[in-house]
Amino acid sequence: MNNDLLLSMEKSIPGRGSQVIPALEAPAYPLPETFCRKAPPMLPELAETDVDRHYTALAQRAYGVNCGFYPLGSCTMKYNPAVNEAAARQPGFMGAHPLAPAHAVQGCHAVITELSAALCEIAGMDAFTLQPAAGAQGEFFGMLCVKRYHEARGESHRVRMLVPDSAHGTNPASAAIAGFTVVNVPSRADGLVDTDALRGLLDENTAGMMMTNPNTLGLFEKDILDISRMVHQAGGLMYYDGANLNAILGQARPGDMGFDVTHFNLHKTFSTPHGGGGPGSGPVGVKRALVPYLPTVASLGAKDGLQLKAFHGNFGIMVRALAYIKALGRDALSDVATHAVLNANYLMHRLTNAGYTPAIATRCMHEFVLTLEGIKAETGVSALDVAKSMIDYGMHPPTMYFPLIVHEALMFEPTETETRETLDHVADVMIAILAQTRTDPAAMHTAPHTAVIGRPDDVKAARTPVLHW
Amino acid sequence: MSHYHPHTQADTAAMLATLGLATPDDLFADIPQSVRLRAPLSLPQGLSQMDTLAAMEALAEQNTRYRLTLRGAGCYDHFIPPLVSQLAGKEEFVTAYTPYQAELSQGILQAIFEYQSLICALTGMDASNAGVYDGASAAAEAAVMCRERGRTVTLVSACAHPDTLAVVRTYAYGTGHEVRVVPAADGHTDLAALQAMLTPDIASLYIQQPNYFGQLEDVPALFAAAKAAGVKCILGANPMTLAMLPSGAEVGADIVCGDVQPFGIPMAFGGPSAGFMAATAAMQRKLPGRIAGQTTDAQGRRAFVLTLQAREQHIRREKATSNICTNQAHCALTAGIYLTYLGTRGLTAVAERCLAHAHAFAELLTAIPGVRLRHRGVFFHEFVTELPVPAQAVEAALEAQGVLSGLPLDGGMLWCVTEKASLAQLTRVAEIVREVCAQ
Repeated sequence: MNNDLLLSMEKSIPGRGSQVIPALEAPAYPLPETFCRKAPPMLPELAETDVDRHYTALAQRAYGVNCGFYPLGSCTMKYNPAVNEAAARQPGFMGAHPLAPAHAVQGCHAVITELSAALCEIAGMDAFTLQPAAGAQGEFFGMLCVKRYHEARGESHRVRMLVPDSAHGTNPASAAIAGFTVVNVPSRADGLVDTDALRGLLDENTAGMMMTNPNTLGLFEKDILDISRMVHQAGGLMYYDGANLNAILGQARPGDMGFDVTHFNLHKTFSTPHGGGGPGSGPVGVKRALVPYLPTVASLGAKDGLQLKAFHGNFGIMVRALAYIKALGRDALSDVATHAVLNANYLMHRLTNAGYTPAIATRCMHEFVLTLEGIKAETGVSALDVAKSMIDYGMHPPTMYFPLIVHEALMFEPTETETRETLDHVADVMIAILAQTRTDPAAMHTAPHTAVIGRPDDVKAARTPVLHW
Repeated sequence: MSHYHPHTQADTAAMLATLGLATPDDLFADIPQSVRLRAPLSLPQGLSQMDTLAAMEALAEQNTRYRLTLRGAGCYDHFIPPLVSQLAGKEEFVTAYTPYQAELSQGILQAIFEYQSLICALTGMDASNAGVYDGASAAAEAAVMCRERGRTVTLVSACAHPDTLAVVRTYAYGTGHEVRVVPAADGHTDLAALQAMLTPDIASLYIQQPNYFGQLEDVPALFAAAKAAGVKCILGANPMTLAMLPSGAEVGADIVCGDVQPFGIPMAFGGPSAGFMAATAAMQRKLPGRIAGQTTDAQGRRAFVLTLQAREQHIRREKATSNICTNQAHCALTAGIYLTYLGTRGLTAVAERCLAHAHAFAELLTAIPGVRLRHRGVFFHEFVTELPVPAQAVEAALEAQGVLSGLPLDGGMLWCVTEKASLAQLTRVAEIVREVCAQ
């Protein structure tokens, strides 16, 4: 086994370590024995050099947007600007205590106020809360908002939440934990919501409908105004999942399409880094009727309000998003959508010409989905095999096997921050991979061959879980 | 010249031509004309990077920068070793997505696995997840884990952080479950009251240690009572204190949760940080969110993957144990670096200094006429004092000296002392408080 694979605990030599803080300047306080731990926690003891090299080695075994192409569909892996990071590192922000007196944190309040106002304008909404920590928490809060709204109108019987079958998994999960019964709405052959089926699903128990627009096939739901009208006429509210906002930024607004509640992902559209899985930020915008239900902060004295997390939300992420909005301004913000959609269509065009099959053969928005069903039938090479083969060409695979309504799906979202040369290179790689499906499919079943590991045994991991050292 | 989208006008024109489109507008043909924005957004024009940074610096400078922070109450001003920030700031960690592609993400998956191992070592539990949003939502998710048929009510101590209680209530409101508050007596969870509340519909009991007032609870007694009634026990711990206080396993917890913010994560106005969650083996498959596990690759080499995914929303949709997707992975990673760097002795040294300096400061304060401890119990590094003057007067006098005072709380003050406070600084603070109290 390669030495740099060792866990930090396996490298530990008792007695090693660094002098980080000064010695006690007051007598050690003797805790009563009932409050004493029997033995200290066994943490690693490493020399500073080794800690540095350990995490440097781990970083070298990770892959970020800074390393290369990262077309994860519906994740909007755009470049994370350095200036945002510099803004977030300001000592005035980093050192702000969430319960400091208001006059001492005016800068933080200004960030929140400015960002909320900008998001209202971008969304076409009346108010925003920045408290939710991520998109899924924003969805959960949005659902609670809908619930409160119906309760306040004496319509607690409205428990049916409509969710298209193309939706992200978080949508039905969020609706369920907010107490709603999830009702699946089928898609038509053209990938859009089946409005006829929707009409049949609406009734006096309809609470609302969650939609992603453009949807997860990268298609704009052209019937959105009809859909909103139908749901509103049935007494329901419209929820906008902002995962795909990048496609319409500055071009159209959820608030103008009839949506009553929306969440945005600052870590997607607004360029804040994903951090290997967070922290993100999932602010929620609402129309006027829902403003009374926005979350509050109990530790600041609020009583009985909804609250998603402690304090004010992921403030450090808000700073980055505000820096992004300030840098781009109104014109470049709408150029983001133009270039994101241009890049996606360009790459789809090149891949389609090369022999790949789009799930829906029409112009896309910011992302598109290929189906490899035909390739698999012909060569035995699956979407997974193709994705893993991309790793050997030094790029991150796209989202796999999603949306669920497409077989052997690969979902590409190149984002606006990629150059034409990169897209051409990706297309060339995909052409080479397609050729390989015919010349050497066997090798593709075991790809990747150049990564630090081959394919891991997921079944073993789940069947006999080893979750810590 | 734009900021981050690189196309020249020639690029754009050539790419549009490839697509057979005349103008960029044609890209949006599927959006109904009635909802296309006709005018630009009502936002300012963009700024150069230099001006962007200057604007953000100007906002940051509107905040007061304190030389010393004596306020905790859920967010703690500990020393952050430069190595921790430097390593956590590596771009491959910062700019990666959730490690769905294990072959490209071994570094992040191993770092999460190590984080889980460190959390298990601290808590004494069998399994840890990769973290959730924060300590408050961790408590809410823990309550969800404990509900079963016939047992659905969550008990939360009145001595828990008010945000934690509010978040637990919000999550319970979603699923239509009940939360009952166990009253306090002299700043501690009232054991006698708890015993009377342990009806057969109670699923779990949440106790915060140290509690919101800084007091140490008699957790073993509280949990023993709960367990005797078949109730699951959730310990909400400040993880820094676990260097010295009994682990969750030692006090009989089924789940230990809390916030890793004290481990190398800046206060940043309260976020981002990460919530940790660790549980007994019996409950590990109910943990929400991402979990990294160890396995092997096709050649038998050690490998790490996200595992037990059958619990999660992208597989189970509306039947998932939680809706969490993006968590706070980078904060968990940072906490892991902090713990790895400090090690057993380093972490214990930080905790001991917090404990010793807090008690020295409490002695200095209570030597002032009219200042006394509000509660009689043992505390760790936070405590409440009564004051003979309005708390706001003490807050203002200390602010004038660049010190963020304790948190004004019901006429008194909730103080927090971390290892950053030297005895000389604390002595000076006590002198200022004495002067204010004499007025």
